[in-house]
Amino acid sequence: MDQRPAISASQAGDGVTLAASGNWTVTEAERLNGEIRQAARLPSGTRRVTIDLSGIDRFDTAGAWLIHRTARNMVNDGLEVVYTGIGPSREILIGEVEKSDRPPAEPRREAPFVTALVNDTGEAVIQSGRDLVQLSSLLGSTVLIMAGFLFRPWRMRLTSITYHLEYMGLRAVPIIALISFLIGGIVEQQGAYQLRYFGAEILSIDLAGILVLRELGVLLTSIMIAGRSGSAITAELGSMKMREEIDALRTLALDPVEVLIVPRLIALVIALPLLTFVANMSALAGAGLTAWIYIDVTPQTFLPYLQNAVALNTFLVGLIKAPFMALVIGMIACLEGMQVKGSAESLGRQTTAAVVKAIFMVIVLDGLFAMFFAAIDY
Amino acid sequence: MAATNGSAFSVSDNAPGSGSGAGAGVTGTGPVANGAGERDAVIRGRGITVGFGRTNILENLDLDVYRGEVLGVVGGSGTGKSVLLRTLVGLQPRRGGTIDMFGTDIDSASAAERNAVERRWGILFQGGALFSSLTVKQNVQVPMREHLRLESSLMDELAELKIAMVGLAADAGDKYPSELSGGMIKRAALARALALDPDLVFLDEPTSGLDPIGAADFDDLISKLRDTLGLTVFMVTHDLDSLFSICDRIAALGKKRILVAGDLETVMNYPDPWIEEYFHGKRARATAAGMSQQ
Repeated sequence: MDQRPAISASQAGDGVTLAASGNWTVTEAERLNGEIRQAARLPSGTRRVTIDLSGIDRFDTAGAWLIHRTARNMVNDGLEVVYTGIGPSREILIGEVEKSDRPPAEPRREAPFVTALVNDTGEAVIQSGRDLVQLSSLLGSTVLIMAGFLFRPWRMRLTSITYHLEYMGLRAVPIIALISFLIGGIVEQQGAYQLRYFGAEILSIDLAGILVLRELGVLLTSIMIAGRSGSAITAELGSMKMREEIDALRTLALDPVEVLIVPRLIALVIALPLLTFVANMSALAGAGLTAWIYIDVTPQTFLPYLQNAVALNTFLVGLIKAPFMALVIGMIACLEGMQVKGSAESLGRQTTAAVVKAIFMVIVLDGLFAMFFAAIDY
Repeated sequence: MAATNGSAFSVSDNAPGSGSGAGAGVTGTGPVANGAGERDAVIRGRGITVGFGRTNILENLDLDVYRGEVLGVVGGSGTGKSVLLRTLVGLQPRRGGTIDMFGTDIDSASAAERNAVERRWGILFQGGALFSSLTVKQNVQVPMREHLRLESSLMDELAELKIAMVGLAADAGDKYPSELSGGMIKRAALARALALDPDLVFLDEPTSGLDPIGAADFDDLISKLRDTLGLTVFMVTHDLDSLFSICDRIAALGKKRILVAGDLETVMNYPDPWIEEYFHGKRARATAAGMSQQ
């Protein structure tokens, strides 16, 4: 028997016989689709069509569909269609296919471009409003829960907090120390190089010291933590949301904010200032090393000079900002995590959004702090 | 072409205790792997050993699945039913043994041969495992897109056909898996497993989480596909209704191997406490009574 599937038409009076042969399976469906369309172009005056399936070797639902579709179209055109050479099993199969043949569902309508644009813009605005409301709502419930800890300190989840402190704090030390060291060195080197024209190379130590302590240390750490821990928080909460673990917590009369969010926020608020301190020291060490190499300032000279260049408040300005940065990063990450819907795609989208929003807010917040400290002359 | 009609029943009438450790007896009754006879084994596993850490979950397990049969695999929790399924499809590494699929030794097969074998089976995972970022219709079309070159209108028609065959509403095709109920996910996953009209399907607890009517429809669909397409089904199940109504043979797992395999009666009368409890407990009696009344 020829394995190559084919269909041939032969005419007798006002009847046409379509004889199918070969393997009518899904692997051959593309070719058969063309062939059967060709064969179904009947000469005018045809009244009866006989579809002969006896030559078919292998037959599956794709083949059955092609046969059935052709027969149905012919019946709709007012022709009489008969099957021959159809065994009991093929009859069931074609019957099944026939039963499953139904008009396709209405496609989901898509709005025209302009409408969609206006729609999306409006939604984006409303969504940012909602974000703000949710952020303050989360802040409110966090504060309430923390206030509750004053009366019932045993409800603080110390194990959980310690765990997160280790992962968000301790394990971030190497990478944060490394990048801060490099940035400190680069600032010092650039400062020295540019200030050389004014013969004020030594002032590069003032520059590096103030810049690192006031801004760079805390900014770098915050951005790093937003990328490192913020994304982790969103992904963790998001996948818990996807698998209904958060709903399960609620039904067990546990508050997800208390169980999942507050420990993470507390851990972040403790970890970020500590990491900022590490970043500061590491950046100053980098600056010191560069100063030694580039402008021959030995550590013995560098340290007393630095001590004069920066005051305690320079150091504190950076450090004060850290817990606020931590709060912003943590809350954005948690909120985005809770908004994850069912799909893997949405988990990816929310994680991206969490990191982007957190970094953006960190920089905005830093700007506000800069204005505030300038205003109070600190 | 007679193979599609004939094999479905040639299997249920001769069912020795194959695979119950007495591997030699089985090889004696059946023809060699790729013989075109009626006891043509689609899957032939010998000495399969799988373990995690220090313990072996399956040890020296022999298994035959014949063309055109529905094999139900039962066993208590943790006896390795799902592990066996995952091992057969190559998701779980083995510690020993050989597996022949469609007469191809999986270990010695080239990548192209393996690919050809993989195209001939479909798998329904327990949780559905639908791709969450694709609609149901796109999910069904994934294997078609990857393995065949089909015109997109034909692909739409075939996908819609498969969706209708598994009993999903027409508008379900454009929905995402997160918008579906548990039962609908099962059906959609079956539609994907059947997308390429496979010769062999692996079903991991297909009817769990379905209501009784839905489960009966599911069983009905499976048996229709077996009868019409000569589909071979490897089904891990707990559903007594499925076992009684559509399984040609049942394999009971226990003690790290297949305790007994054969028709319902053979398995039911096997002296093992778990099997006795399972088939002669209250629920089994009720199901059997319901069956015999029909």
